[in-house]
Amino acid sequence: MSTTTAGIILIATLVAALVAVYRPFGNYMYRVVSGDRHSRVERVVYRLIGVDAKAEQSWGTYARSVLAFSLLSLLFLYGFLRLQDKLWLSLGFDPVTDHIAWNTAVSFVTNTNWQAYSGESTMGHLVQMAGLAVQNFVSASVGIAVAVALIRGFARSRSERLGNFWVDLVRITLRILLPLAVLGAIVLMIGGVVQNLSGGTDVGTVAGGAQTITGGPVASQEVIKELGTNGGGFYNVNSAHPFENPTTWTNWIEMFLILLIPFSLPRVFGRMVGQNRQGYAIVAVMAILAIASVSLTNVFELTGGGTVPQAIGAAMEGKELRFGVSDSSTFAAVTTLTSTGAVNSFHDSFTPLGGMMPLVNMMLGEVAPGGVGAGLYGLLILAVITVFVAGLMVGRTPEYLGKKIGAREIKFASLYFLITPMLALIGTAAAFATGNNGTALNVGPHGLSEVLYAFTSASNNNGSAFAGITVNTPWWDTALGLCMLLGRFLPIIFVLGLAGSLARQKPVPASDGTLPTHRPLFVGMLVGVTVVLVALTFLPALALGPLAEGL
Amino acid sequence: MTVSPVVPAPSGGLPSSGSAGGGRVGGGLLDPRQLFRSLPDAARKLNPGTLWRNPVMLIVEIGAVFTTVLAIADPSGFAWAITIWLWLTVIFANLAEAVAEGRGKAQAATLRQAKRDTVATRLTGWSPGAAPNAYRDEAVAATELRHGDVVLVEAGQIIPGDGDVVEGIASVDESAITGESAPVIRESGGDRSAVTGGTKVLSDRIVVRITQQPGQSFIDRMIALVEGANRQKTPNEIALNILLAALTVIFLMAVVTLQPLAIFSKAFQAAAPDTAAINSDGVTGIVLVSLLVCLIPTTIGALLSAIGIAGMDRLVQRNVLAMSGRAVEAAGDVNTLLLDKTGTITLGNRQAAEFVPVDGVTAEQLADAAQLSSLADETPEGRSVVVLAKNAYGLREREPGLMPHATFVPFTAQTRMSGIDLTPDATVDGGAGGPTRRVRKGAASAVMKWVRDNGGHPTEQVGDIVDGISGGGGTPLVVAEHVDGSPARTLGVIHLKDVVKSGMRERFDEMRRMGIRTVMITGDNPRTARAIADEAGVDDFLAEATPEDKLALIKREQEGGRLVAMTGDGTNDAPALAQADVGVAMNTGTTAAKEAGNMVDLDSDPTKLIEIVEIGKQLLITRGALTTFSIANDIAKYFAIIPAMFAGIYPSLDTLNIMRLSSPESAILSAVVFNAIIIVVLIPLALRGVRYRPSSASKLLTRNLWVYGLGGIVAPFIGIKIIDLIISLIPGIS
Repeated sequence: MSTTTAGIILIATLVAALVAVYRPFGNYMYRVVSGDRHSRVERVVYRLIGVDAKAEQSWGTYARSVLAFSLLSLLFLYGFLRLQDKLWLSLGFDPVTDHIAWNTAVSFVTNTNWQAYSGESTMGHLVQMAGLAVQNFVSASVGIAVAVALIRGFARSRSERLGNFWVDLVRITLRILLPLAVLGAIVLMIGGVVQNLSGGTDVGTVAGGAQTITGGPVASQEVIKELGTNGGGFYNVNSAHPFENPTTWTNWIEMFLILLIPFSLPRVFGRMVGQNRQGYAIVAVMAILAIASVSLTNVFELTGGGTVPQAIGAAMEGKELRFGVSDSSTFAAVTTLTSTGAVNSFHDSFTPLGGMMPLVNMMLGEVAPGGVGAGLYGLLILAVITVFVAGLMVGRTPEYLGKKIGAREIKFASLYFLITPMLALIGTAAAFATGNNGTALNVGPHGLSEVLYAFTSASNNNGSAFAGITVNTPWWDTALGLCMLLGRFLPIIFVLGLAGSLARQKPVPASDGTLPTHRPLFVGMLVGVTVVLVALTFLPALALGPLAEGL
Repeated sequence: MTVSPVVPAPSGGLPSSGSAGGGRVGGGLLDPRQLFRSLPDAARKLNPGTLWRNPVMLIVEIGAVFTTVLAIADPSGFAWAITIWLWLTVIFANLAEAVAEGRGKAQAATLRQAKRDTVATRLTGWSPGAAPNAYRDEAVAATELRHGDVVLVEAGQIIPGDGDVVEGIASVDESAITGESAPVIRESGGDRSAVTGGTKVLSDRIVVRITQQPGQSFIDRMIALVEGANRQKTPNEIALNILLAALTVIFLMAVVTLQPLAIFSKAFQAAAPDTAAINSDGVTGIVLVSLLVCLIPTTIGALLSAIGIAGMDRLVQRNVLAMSGRAVEAAGDVNTLLLDKTGTITLGNRQAAEFVPVDGVTAEQLADAAQLSSLADETPEGRSVVVLAKNAYGLREREPGLMPHATFVPFTAQTRMSGIDLTPDATVDGGAGGPTRRVRKGAASAVMKWVRDNGGHPTEQVGDIVDGISGGGGTPLVVAEHVDGSPARTLGVIHLKDVVKSGMRERFDEMRRMGIRTVMITGDNPRTARAIADEAGVDDFLAEATPEDKLALIKREQEGGRLVAMTGDGTNDAPALAQADVGVAMNTGTTAAKEAGNMVDLDSDPTKLIEIVEIGKQLLITRGALTTFSIANDIAKYFAIIPAMFAGIYPSLDTLNIMRLSSPESAILSAVVFNAIIIVVLIPLALRGVRYRPSSASKLLTRNLWVYGLGGIVAPFIGIKIIDLIISLIPGIS
């Protein structure tokens, strides 16, 4: 079987699997977030944290709850990392240094999982399990909860209420993420991913040297890393490590887990607004962008120029032999199209244009399909902008799902799409202006790409690294930490603000004069707006990086 | 409710009246001389104090100042060329606004002529029916009149202010405001009592109670409106401004953050020679500003306010005054149109459509009798009977004056009949003489009673015909005759029906395609209303409508999230006009109605509501289309500027120079020139509005995306290439 055929089969089976689960899994998530029954465990949790599960919140309260919960998580995780030597299962590691602890705490609370440390040589098992893995669950739940709150804004009318954050958080964690994680972990263990509490085994190597092979609770962490589009690996080399991702079929499973929730959330959207076709339109936009990006990455890598790839027949630098070009390229695209940031190969070593694709995926704002929840609300914001321009062109005050897109809505949507590009560009410029780009391995266009990639990844809460850059200096840890924090929570505030002002409106009934937002025309326009907005914002920077190198 | 008769839209109208081409929304053409006349105004608008309202253009101006400084410090042909074109960009934007305002100013000047200082005769102590000696009169300046003052206006005088006629009746020349030269009747009481200051009484004398405060007359408001003096941004305009500001911030950020990256790249390729675009200090200030100006949405930013002013202006050209831009936008959003049946959907009055004779009577006999009985009936219905008799049966109209032996019986509310008594006069008719013949025509019950009273027995057949006509929505009039000496008999029935104006069904079909529901409002019974509604093709009707019903209907529609537009003229319409999202008051209507509505139609043509909706839509479409065009333009500009900036250090980037522009300098200059010129090219479109044909949202979007989306991508590639070809001929640039 040729490499190209294998690549096509890989992509086709992934698409088929996602199509198969879209309706049943989407319907399940819809029932979870819109039901009004509480299980006994949930009632106990509500009593423990003192929440009235029946009381719904206004957008302001919802936002404050998100921020309060995240701040608490941040402080807790920071303390945990700083005190790890005093706790069990520390494996004898020192406390994590202050700037790395800040960066890591922010990184996991914001669902970014940027790793300025090397997991197997920095963190003990308790920190990995009770600190990082817990955030892998709840930071994913926060994203889904915010997306659900935005959908409620569309679905409700003349209401100040967007649901209860605590209830959403608990339900999503307990009913969606936890069962799937258990199931997924078992599958991964069958595939050969390790799961133990061993501190490491010393073995003699074939060449006669000694090597320490660290074990740990890898499978349980691996599954939520993918499922919650987190991306923080147990090991430094992430999914390229054979204990995290042993075979091509675990590789497939991991990609499926990454895409499962983000691609099924549009179904929840369709169900909640009472028009499944609206969900299909949104998922179509995601699919078009994703398939285009995956295909381009594969094409660039498979046809990769340069002397060495020509000589050995494939662009294999930085890729695992057990995966090959296609599995690596597809994984790279999938991990950056979502906010996962797990890697099974080194993006830095990709061909210039192949390496540009993960960068562009993140610049798209990670909306195809994006992080769990975050991708959906990101795309809905872009849909609001598209509806505004398209709506004017049909001669009416623009409306989306019956809700008018006026000054207030446009204000929130504009602020949302301003934030991440600004953080990424200002961060990159600041690194060059202050000379902190000096820690990059390369100079010239590739060095520029490395810096641009780091800030784009942090600002969009992706967390994948281009690698080739040393980022555990205080400046980098602080700067990237700020990008992650602002890139996560400012957009969330704007999304919830938009949700609040949408929920307050009474819907305008649809007529022939209303712009239909479920037809191919609108899908195409939304794809166009997404691509053009990104191209216009980032083209100058891309020109000096990957384009200068790859053209 | 009184509904004014349809006045055909005046062909003259206000100055620069644009004719609606084929009934569609069109607009006046742009006279090139207007551009030159507006240049001084455009220059005055360079003042940052006025420009801050338009943040996009303010940034361009700041950029122009910056490049001017740079060009002075380090002069070169390229620097000065860029600087000049940046200034021109700002001036062109101001020009668009100035031209749009200029048209309004011309109209305001005409209106001001009507607002001459007049002397009013104020009556003190006047009360209705008071004897002339019970009050005294004094001459005061019109400007001193206050609300509640009572003035006397006689033939030949100008009415000193807005008010209601409280005594008398007069014909008034309102051409100063409406452009319509035919005088109108204004009388006390009823729905035609409102008079407007600045209009002229042609005959008789009237006493007017002033209803305005000084300086707030209708003409004052009109002048302010057409001049755009206190123009406020409309909701959609504000939202669009926010989006444009956000885009501007993004591009500003993209350009500013480019500099450290450029310095880094230049240092890496230190051997690459310095160019006009980039040196070891990074991208030169001139080029950085050029890039910024080309990227920020200058095209729509420049034209946005002109589009708004021109939209109001298009309404004024159709003799409609919108009291706010908000109302014009709301017109585009309307979901439900409430249309009065009479005068809007049907011709003002019912007309005779058919003569239905009863057994034993020929149609000619019936027609003859019907004509005779209607000769003295001056109502439109009566005239239509005569016309039908003439057209259908060739019966010559007989002048009442030529029939001295005839006695006319006028219609009264008591008898509910009209008719004629013919007494053959021996001296006139050759001595034949004969019995008196009486013909009557009127409401079925009244005429049948008359027949019975005169010894006749109306046949069952009449009842059937009458019921049939009523059931079909028509009005039956029974004709009977009584010749002395024999019993009275019924001759037949005249079928009066509403005549739906031609072309209305097609218009309502268009409305439906636009997603607008039409509701006919009528005082008729539901059966009649249904018949007319079916014939006219409206979606729904409200029968036996009272003003309260109308108000309730509007509230019900609004409760469902729909926007409602209606017209009205009577005082009892005022609450509904105020409640409706778009309330168009007829100029012939009462002051109360005019104050309640948010638009006034000077032609008093209720059909115009449909045009108002189209103008509202066209306004929004123009904004959306030019925004799309503006953003789509950026793609080509990148292909011009990025290789021009960076191909010097990374030669591979010259691949992006797909237009094969001759040199970096000419590429950048071409993009800047295109960016400026496109504003001027689009001014006529902004003023006229994009072409609008009623159709579904999907069709509109498809068409506009092709024209302004794809066009916006392609046009600058061609434009920049052409400009580059021209510029490359200039020595010192290429």
